[in-house]
Amino acid sequence: MLVPHIIKELQEIVGTANVATDKADLICYSYDATQQQFLPEVVVHPATAQEISRILLLANRELIPDIPRGAGSGFSGGSLPTKGGIVLTTERMDRILAIDQENLVATVEPGVVTEQFQQAVEKVGLFYPPDPASLKFSTLGGNVAECAGGPRCVKYGVTKDYILGLEVVTPTGDIITTGGPTMKGVVGYDLTKLLCGSEGTLGIITKIVIKLLPLPEAKKTMLVLFDSIDGAARAVSSIVGAKIIPTTLEFMDGRTLDCVKQATGLQVPDAARAVLIIEVDGDREFLDKQASRIAEIIQPLGVVETRIAATPAESEALWAIRRAVSPSLRKVNPDKFNEDICVPRSKVPEMIRKVDAIAEKYGIPIVNFGHAGDGNIHVNVMIDKKVPGEMEKAEHAIREVFTGALELGGTMSGEHGVGIAKAPYIPLEITPQTAAYMKTLKKALDPNNILNPGKIFLDS
Amino acid sequence: MAKLKDLEELREEIEQCVKCGACRAHCPVFGAEHREGRVARGKIALSKAVLDGAVGFEQKVVEDLSQCLLCGSCYAQCPNKVPTEEIVAAARRRIAEEQGLSSFGKGVAAVLGRPKLMNLLAKTGGALSSLLFAKLPENSGLRLRFPAPYLEAGRTLPPLTSKPFRERVPEIIAGQPGQPTVAFFTGCGINYMYPAIGEAFLKTLQFMGVTIIIPKDQACCGLPAVSAGAGGTVEQLAEQNLAALTRRPVDYVVTACASCNAGVGKIYADLGPEFSELASKTKDIFVFLAEHGLPEKLAALPKAGKRLRVTYHDPCHLRTRGITKEPRLILQSLPQVEFVEMEAAGTCCGLGGTYSVYHYENSKKIGAKKAGHIKASGAELVATDCPGCIMQLQDSINHAGGKQRAVHILELLAEALPATALSP
Repeated sequence: MLVPHIIKELQEIVGTANVATDKADLICYSYDATQQQFLPEVVVHPATAQEISRILLLANRELIPDIPRGAGSGFSGGSLPTKGGIVLTTERMDRILAIDQENLVATVEPGVVTEQFQQAVEKVGLFYPPDPASLKFSTLGGNVAECAGGPRCVKYGVTKDYILGLEVVTPTGDIITTGGPTMKGVVGYDLTKLLCGSEGTLGIITKIVIKLLPLPEAKKTMLVLFDSIDGAARAVSSIVGAKIIPTTLEFMDGRTLDCVKQATGLQVPDAARAVLIIEVDGDREFLDKQASRIAEIIQPLGVVETRIAATPAESEALWAIRRAVSPSLRKVNPDKFNEDICVPRSKVPEMIRKVDAIAEKYGIPIVNFGHAGDGNIHVNVMIDKKVPGEMEKAEHAIREVFTGALELGGTMSGEHGVGIAKAPYIPLEITPQTAAYMKTLKKALDPNNILNPGKIFLDS
Repeated sequence: MAKLKDLEELREEIEQCVKCGACRAHCPVFGAEHREGRVARGKIALSKAVLDGAVGFEQKVVEDLSQCLLCGSCYAQCPNKVPTEEIVAAARRRIAEEQGLSSFGKGVAAVLGRPKLMNLLAKTGGALSSLLFAKLPENSGLRLRFPAPYLEAGRTLPPLTSKPFRERVPEIIAGQPGQPTVAFFTGCGINYMYPAIGEAFLKTLQFMGVTIIIPKDQACCGLPAVSAGAGGTVEQLAEQNLAALTRRPVDYVVTACASCNAGVGKIYADLGPEFSELASKTKDIFVFLAEHGLPEKLAALPKAGKRLRVTYHDPCHLRTRGITKEPRLILQSLPQVEFVEMEAAGTCCGLGGTYSVYHYENSKKIGAKKAGHIKASGAELVATDCPGCIMQLQDSINHAGGKQRAVHILELLAEALPATALSP
């Protein structure tokens, strides 16, 4: 428990109504989508960079951990107060400050919900492409801190590709700005890129300068069923090889398809063992041509059936199949570990075969779906934690999945981040020298280790 | 015996919450107040903590649990279908058991459980209306002159009727042979505040040749008691309504109030096997009309030269159970109506039964968003299918200084129908 004078000081900084110490409030800010729980000692809701700066100065003086938090929807534990301390939410910092239509740049506060931002810019014909599955509720601050991805990244890139500049409160309480609203800028180190994906360990983001694109006129969705995962993977390479980069190239393996069929009664031929959902966007007259070109290219690769949406409603129906995946999986087993490995695009079939072998070895269902276009596979290990021994099996299986991805030149996490969930596995992917380089940075910037301690590196 | 679930019986459902946060995008209360305790995920975490003994029903826990409209918006979008409204209602019953009902909850339980008292209060209210309320222009309600118990000054309400609807009408209105027989479950809103909707209901079903039974001894559906945590009252009302609605054989029990429809059609279904037939026979009026060919009959009527621009508000208790097409279908078929869809037609109006009594400030914030969407749609009227929503929508429009009126689709429908029944 924090001593009363610290609480009083926090109340002076952000106002009494924005400091919560009731058990109920501590419980409500103790979890994220990892479903792990750690109680903070106090929750504060600051409204400005200045307030956050003063909180961090206090935290350095008193050596209290500080954990920035957006929507608390992360999959790696980045916003969990594992060492207690102060949770700082961005819930009050939720304004879109400017949308500059001449320069295609927007400035926002970190608590803005991603979809609300997208809708605001789309109203004026502009486009912010990163689309994590959580976009309806996750915040831009959280998206930047975790460098969120999403299906559209295959064509448009990830969050960091759209961040031009930041205002950040450093771990020691300074307010700094990085980058700016220009498309070019090479003065000093690229701190913007460093901070994107730093998981709230190097600074608290208080303002974000975002690059926007013109909104594509239309999009076209198609769903293709293949008789094997190899066919689907070859289709991905062939499409890209033909110099077409679709907006999205989502895949589901045969096991995923089985789950969806079972849960929703989806009608597809039994011969279908893999699915690709392909979407292209651009000028309207150009899309029909592109869709038929894609259909032509992939036809020899074991296509069982192709469904091309003619209307937005039909497109929606195809995406509904993809969205049915997560709820359907729960019918297999109650507990799910959703890992987000990423391998080079061409290695997807090999990775799926490795995962199948691991599933067989441990006798637990593992289903794969995700972003085939960029090799980002969501490997879902399905267990029932209540069954003795299953948790251990899952841990072994997950370690082998990571090792397998690394053997293929991949990474353990394409978009969820490390947090605490993947921290134990860091030595598998990062050499001691690289880790030391990173830790040196962290130590220099946060000498008292007060900002989101215990994340990314277990010993931090 | 009717029996509602205890919080402990919902443990499995509570544990289905994977803390993804999806509810943050859909909770109207969270939209009004960005705090985790206000959203479903927070309330589920608190309920779990209570079950595990990690926290008791202390003030802040009770406050967060009271901040739920029971609108079901989160459930509709929840990837794991965690029934937050059931969990919160069960938690409120636990709170009532441990701490007693709040004074307003006691009032709800006392009045709802005693229809005679309710009649008396309504009639007295009707007689005192002019004293308590200032009349607003253009038939848009009455504004409370000064704060009354549980109601804040400035709230606009419809006038209470001096003669409840069910006292104005016979218990049985015979229809034509070969047509179905339905029991009309009027609900309190129509009985005490909006008898004109009840009359429009009768006119419409008479037009269809349907035999209508309006049981005199039907009571409140119990939803306000669900919201207040008065479990015993819910169970008592359910049994009373079961007896009243099944005394005579009927093909359907038809409602013209979304909340009553959810009460009889959904809440009762979970009370015990004896309720399952009643629950499955319960139909919303527009679902009934759509299934019995009214849209085709309406299509045959000549379109009016000058039509009213009308938009539709989805009551939560219909929308979250998949009833969105039928009310629109009827509305669009009306000869005097030019239908326009508004943005966010499917978000809660902010009433939430007893919610707006406890939390009028948040309720107004939620309603203000709705009023903005109604205005932006360019509609002159907002039509819906729930007296509670009508009351809240009109209050929200009045606060926003709007000129639109909130009406029930049935009122527009009755206007459009010829006075005498056509042969089927």
